[in-house]
Amino acid sequence: MEGILNQLPIGLSIGAVLLLIALGLTFTFGQMGVINMAHGEFIMAGAYTAYLLQDFAGRNAVLVALPVAFLVAGLMGLILERTAIRHFYGRPLDTLLLTWGVSLVLQQVARDLFGAPNVQVLSPTWLQGALGPMPYNRLFILLLAVGSVVAIWVYMNRSAQGRRMQAVMQNRQLAATSGINTGRVDQRTFFIGSGLAGIAGVALTLIGPVGPTLGTYYIVDAFLVVVAGGLGQLRGAVIAALALGLLNSYAEFWTNASLAKVIVFAVIIAFLQFRPQGLFVLRSRALT
Amino acid sequence: MRNAFLRTAVGAGLVLVLAACGGDPTESTTGGGAAAGGDTIKVGLLHSLSGTMAISEVTVRDAELLAIEEINAAGGVLGKKLEPVVEDGASDWPTFAEKANKLISQDKVATVFGGWTSASRKAMLPVFERHKALLWYPVQYEGLESSPYIFYTGATTNQQIIPGLDYLKEQGKTKIFLVGSDYVFPRTANKIIKAYAAANGMTILGEEYTPLGHTEYSTLTNKVVQAKPDAVFNTLNGDSNVAFFKQLKSAGVTAESMPVLSVSVAEEEVTGIGVDNIVGHPVAWNYYQTTENAANTKFVAAFKAKYGDAKVTSDPMEAGYNAVYLWAEAVKKAGTTEVEAVKKASGGIALERPEGLVTIDGETQHMYKTARIGIIQPDGLIKEVWNSGEPIKPDPYLKSYPWAGSLAS
Repeated sequence: MEGILNQLPIGLSIGAVLLLIALGLTFTFGQMGVINMAHGEFIMAGAYTAYLLQDFAGRNAVLVALPVAFLVAGLMGLILERTAIRHFYGRPLDTLLLTWGVSLVLQQVARDLFGAPNVQVLSPTWLQGALGPMPYNRLFILLLAVGSVVAIWVYMNRSAQGRRMQAVMQNRQLAATSGINTGRVDQRTFFIGSGLAGIAGVALTLIGPVGPTLGTYYIVDAFLVVVAGGLGQLRGAVIAALALGLLNSYAEFWTNASLAKVIVFAVIIAFLQFRPQGLFVLRSRALT
Repeated sequence: MRNAFLRTAVGAGLVLVLAACGGDPTESTTGGGAAAGGDTIKVGLLHSLSGTMAISEVTVRDAELLAIEEINAAGGVLGKKLEPVVEDGASDWPTFAEKANKLISQDKVATVFGGWTSASRKAMLPVFERHKALLWYPVQYEGLESSPYIFYTGATTNQQIIPGLDYLKEQGKTKIFLVGSDYVFPRTANKIIKAYAAANGMTILGEEYTPLGHTEYSTLTNKVVQAKPDAVFNTLNGDSNVAFFKQLKSAGVTAESMPVLSVSVAEEEVTGIGVDNIVGHPVAWNYYQTTENAANTKFVAAFKAKYGDAKVTSDPMEAGYNAVYLWAEAVKKAGTTEVEAVKKASGGIALERPEGLVTIDGETQHMYKTARIGIIQPDGLIKEVWNSGEPIKPDPYLKSYPWAGSLAS
């Protein structure tokens, strides 16, 4: 019985991890329609940022790394968008191939810079221990996810930039004719989306491996959350991440890890049969 | 026009990317020249230099290159220098078979040192058997195999897993939980463990597998904690170990309350896992960097001199390093690099290696090896706390263990 109860916070924390890795994608994939296979490598860049900052910040590197990783991954995303992706808007297949190539290049760069073996990122001493069944580092990730969602919501709904972003997402042509510089908005969206991947990377150093292939472990899950939640839908992503987290946690508890993956995939496929556009659908009059 | 240009550019970019994945061209020497002719003897090194297994396999290649360099410095073999031909298996099993074929048919290497995962070995096995060429495989594995064209320089199950169980039994740990990655090695290993447990009065409280590359261990940790075992037998492989130990630690599991005995965690992996997370837990191997003897002192010093002071040496690296020496010794004894002659000459060759005395068992082409249990120390190295006393005769089919009767089939 205790085991079953423990799975509830575990499910929430799995959901929080899913949400963190998917948040950035709700921007780049969800809003701009860019299938960015290199998103996982931006997560990796965030994790390595925490690793590098240990030299200056010691065990608290994780905290210092949060804003730095946002900038590092964000700038990487911005460069990718400016130099390559913008030439491929509206051509999802080409974008997919392009960003997949970029992800391989970035993995190899990481391997050359930091070596193939995983590196060690020490977690802060104050994150050791647990509150009941919930380890502090999981609690930290949960709070970080909540914080990120709140920050994004405020930005999207309360700032002029965020509202412009929404306008472009809902109807690009109309936004452009209203005088919004859609190119600038795209840059900003990509910067924020990629930056959020960096933050996720820092958080993942607390619970997982930090190595060149880190991103590949999370990229599929991130896309699943965005697709199940509905493209570009913040609340969709939140609900989908938590639901998938809980589903995963109980499916694995009652069966095993391999079967739980199958169950999760099967449920998502079945769900998409009924709601092909995900939990929430953006209704707009744009002709797309 | 612009689109056409971009498409070409991207195409070219992708080709470059794929080429980069295919291996470092500067490391690979290709071209004609039979092994027996010329002033050099070509030997193939086939490991994953890219992809998920690169993390482990690159270090084995480094150790093998060191051995080749040392042998060449000492005058080579049969008066000829060894010339390594390095290929990248790219963590992809068909690629291993393809590159093995290339090394044998095109480069005409005298022998190949390569592989890590059982899947890569199983992919290469038919290639070597078809060409009647030699493969030296350097990693502990699940046993139940004895190809006439493979030499196994890592441990088989009765030199690692069974000693590990003997150790747990001696420590009074009789309730065991099994955790492993979902592929051939852990599943076979756990079959053996269950048969051993049934014959030795131990209880298996649970058996859980996770896909390779799995990183979410909170549910599994919960199951393990709820089952309250005396110890966990861990056959997870690769990056999963990092996630598993980090999450076990944050769930409050310590080496004192529930030791986790690992068979795929060596010195190399400890840094990535974080010493904090794994300190005090036991591991089972045949060699540690701290193993005390003259051959090891020399090996560790030479490895650090060549690759840097921060590098550590581990069991698979040492087994790869040994493989080159054992093959060279067999070639010297045979007086030729011809495969059948080398095979015939190999039986009974005994060398003092960093892990202690290693003898080739001619019948199974496995090695006599000493089993060693170690505890992970706060400095990241492993200290031996138990050993089998003498080299154990390899028994890949466990024929000498009555309880294992049903396993070999």
